[in-house]
Amino acid sequence: MTQPVLDIRNLCVDYHTPKGTVQALRHIHLQVPPAKVVGLVGESGCGKSTLISAVIRLMAENAHVAAGKIRFMGLDLQGFSASELRGIRGRDISMVFQDPMTALNPVLTIGRQMVDIQYRDGLSRKKKRERAARMLERVGISDAMSRLDNYPHQFSGGMRQRITIAMALLVQPKLLIADEPTTALDATLEVQIIRLLKDLQTDFQCAILFISHHLNVIAELCDYVGVMYAGELVEKGTVRDIFHRPGHPYTRSLLECDPSVIEAPTRFLPTIPGDIPSLIDLPSGCIFQDRCAKVMPVCRKTPPPAVHLGEHHTAACHFLEE
Amino acid sequence: MEPLLEVDQLRVRFRTKGPVKALLEKDEDPFIDGVMGVSFTIHPGQTFGLVGESGSGKTTLARAVMGLVPVQSGAIRFNGKNLIGLKRGQLKPFRRNIALMFQDPAGSLSPRLKIRSILAEPFRIHNMMPDNLPDEIARLLKMVNLSPAMGDLYPHQLSGGQARRVGVARALALSPKLIIADEPTAGLDVSVQGEILNLMARLQDELGVSFLIITHNLAVVRHVSDVAAIMYLGRFLEQGPTQAVFHHMQHPYTQALLSAHASPDPDAVHHRIAITGEIPSLFSRPKGCEFHTRCPRVKDICREQFPKVADRGKAHQYYCHFPLSESVQ
Repeated sequence: MTQPVLDIRNLCVDYHTPKGTVQALRHIHLQVPPAKVVGLVGESGCGKSTLISAVIRLMAENAHVAAGKIRFMGLDLQGFSASELRGIRGRDISMVFQDPMTALNPVLTIGRQMVDIQYRDGLSRKKKRERAARMLERVGISDAMSRLDNYPHQFSGGMRQRITIAMALLVQPKLLIADEPTTALDATLEVQIIRLLKDLQTDFQCAILFISHHLNVIAELCDYVGVMYAGELVEKGTVRDIFHRPGHPYTRSLLECDPSVIEAPTRFLPTIPGDIPSLIDLPSGCIFQDRCAKVMPVCRKTPPPAVHLGEHHTAACHFLEE
Repeated sequence: MEPLLEVDQLRVRFRTKGPVKALLEKDEDPFIDGVMGVSFTIHPGQTFGLVGESGSGKTTLARAVMGLVPVQSGAIRFNGKNLIGLKRGQLKPFRRNIALMFQDPAGSLSPRLKIRSILAEPFRIHNMMPDNLPDEIARLLKMVNLSPAMGDLYPHQLSGGQARRVGVARALALSPKLIIADEPTAGLDVSVQGEILNLMARLQDELGVSFLIITHNLAVVRHVSDVAAIMYLGRFLEQGPTQAVFHHMQHPYTQALLSAHASPDPDAVHHRIAITGEIPSLFSRPKGCEFHTRCPRVKDICREQFPKVADRGKAHQYYCHFPLSESVQ
C-alpha cells in the first residue's frame, strides 16, 4: 500500500480544566491516503475539531497530546519545532474553515490576501496576482482580475467560501483540511461547493480531510469515512461500508435519525435518547452504552474490541462478527 | 373553521437612504422590498412551514407578523382582528398570543439571568404573574423535558439542545395560540433535531398551538408541516398543502430546491436541476419573475412580466409562466 499522506496512530488528547482532565480524544487511528477524500462525521463535542487542531498543532493552551503519533508524508509531526511546523502549515497542509467571513480579513482586499498567502514563492507581485486571478476563475468567480480589488464584504456567502477554497489550493497543498465548509451555506450553495471541491480534488490530486456533521454531504463527497462519538472513532470504512453496511449501533442510529431518508411523512422522528457522557469521568466499557438500544452487561464492563468487518471496515462493538 | 392568522397582501419595505440623500442622488425609489405581497392563512392547530434560502425574507415576514417591523401595506388578521395600525398598548394582548422562538437559542437567552428568571420574564412583562411562580416555572421546564433543578443554571451551562428547549418553554409561558419558530433546528445535531421537533409536535397535540416554522431544511418541513410555502426574494413562489407542494410541485425553484439536497446514499444518481449562482440582492431585484436569473426554463416573457397566480385547487398556488406540469420546448 502506498504511504498515507496523514497517518494518525493511537492519538490521545487531553484538556486540563479546573474540574479535571477532559479526555477529548482516545486512541484514534486514522489514515488519509494520497488523492482521496476522508470524511469525519460526528455530533458536536465528539472531538472532530480537537483532532484537526492536533494535526496542525493549533491547540488550545490547556490541551496536550497524551499519547500517539501523527505522521505527515512519513514525517513525525510531533518532533517538529514550532517554526518547522510553520513551514508545513499553509504550504503542504492548508485549511478551509467553517465561516468564510471570519476566515478572511475584512479590511484587506481579496487580491492582497491572495498575494500574501504566496509569500514563500519567489515570484513577482504581478505574477502572484495573475496566479490568484486564475485560481479565482477556476473556482467559478467571473471577471477575476477586477474582483481582486474587492473586499470580502462585497462578496456573497457562497463566493466567500469559494475564495477561501481558492486560497487554500493556491499553495498546492498535499493535504487540505476542510472544517465544516458548507455548514453556513444554503442547500443550493452547499451542492455547488461540494461539486467544486470534487472537481478541484480531481484536478489537483490532493488528499482532503473533510469534517462535517452532515451525513449526506459526506456520502456525496468522500471515499472513506470515520464516525466519531465522544472522543472515539467508533467506526471507519469506505463510504459504501458506512452507508450501506453500518456496523456500529451509533452509526446506524445516526443514519436513521436523518429526516431526509424517511420516506413516509411522520410527525415523530427517531432520535438517539440521552446525552454524551462526561469525558472527565469516563464510564468503563463501551462509550456508547448509555444510549445504545442493544446494551448488554458486557458493554458496561469491558471496552469493545475493534472488529474487522471488511478490508477497510472496522467498528468497535461487542456484538459484531468478523 | 375560522383561521387563526390571516395575512393578506403583506408588504414590507425598508428605506435605504434618507430623504435628503435620495433627493440629491435623484433616487425616486430609495426602498427595498423585504416582503412583496404575501398572503397565507394558518388555522388553529396547524403547522405552516416557510422555506427559503437566506435573504429570501423569511425572518422579515415573521417579524412583521410579530409587529417588530413596520408594514407598508396589507393586512395581518389574528382571530379576525387586523393588527396593522394598532398602537403599542393595543397590540400587547395580541403579543401574548403570538410567541417567538428565536433562531440562536443561546444568544436569545440573557447570559446574566438564571433560567428561572428568563422563564419568569414573559409573566412580568405582561403583568400576568401566576400565584405560584416557582411551580409554574417547574411546570414549564417539565413540559419541555427538563428537570426543574435546571432553573438554577445559567444559559452557558446548557447544551445547544437544552438551550433550545428553554426557548420552547419561554415561548409556551403565556399559553400562546401561535408560536413562530425561526430555524428551530439550525445548528443542532441530527439526533437532537428530532427531539426538538418531536417536542413541538407533542406540545401541539396537547395544547393545540399553531406553529409557523421558518427553515431552509426541506426534509424537516416535509415531516412536520401541514402547509408549506416556498419563498424567494420576498414572494411566495409556490404554496399549498405540504403533500401537494412536494409531490406535485409546479415551480422550477421548488424542484431545484428539492433536488439540491445531498443524498445519504453514496451510489445515488443525482438528477440535479442545474441551478447556478446565488439569490440576487434586494438592491438589484430582477425585473419580471425574480427567479429568471437562475431558472433552467427561462423564456423571454419571464424577464418582462411577473406571472399571475395559478391555482391547482385545494389552495395549491404558484407563480410561473411555464410550470412543470406543462412541457416546454
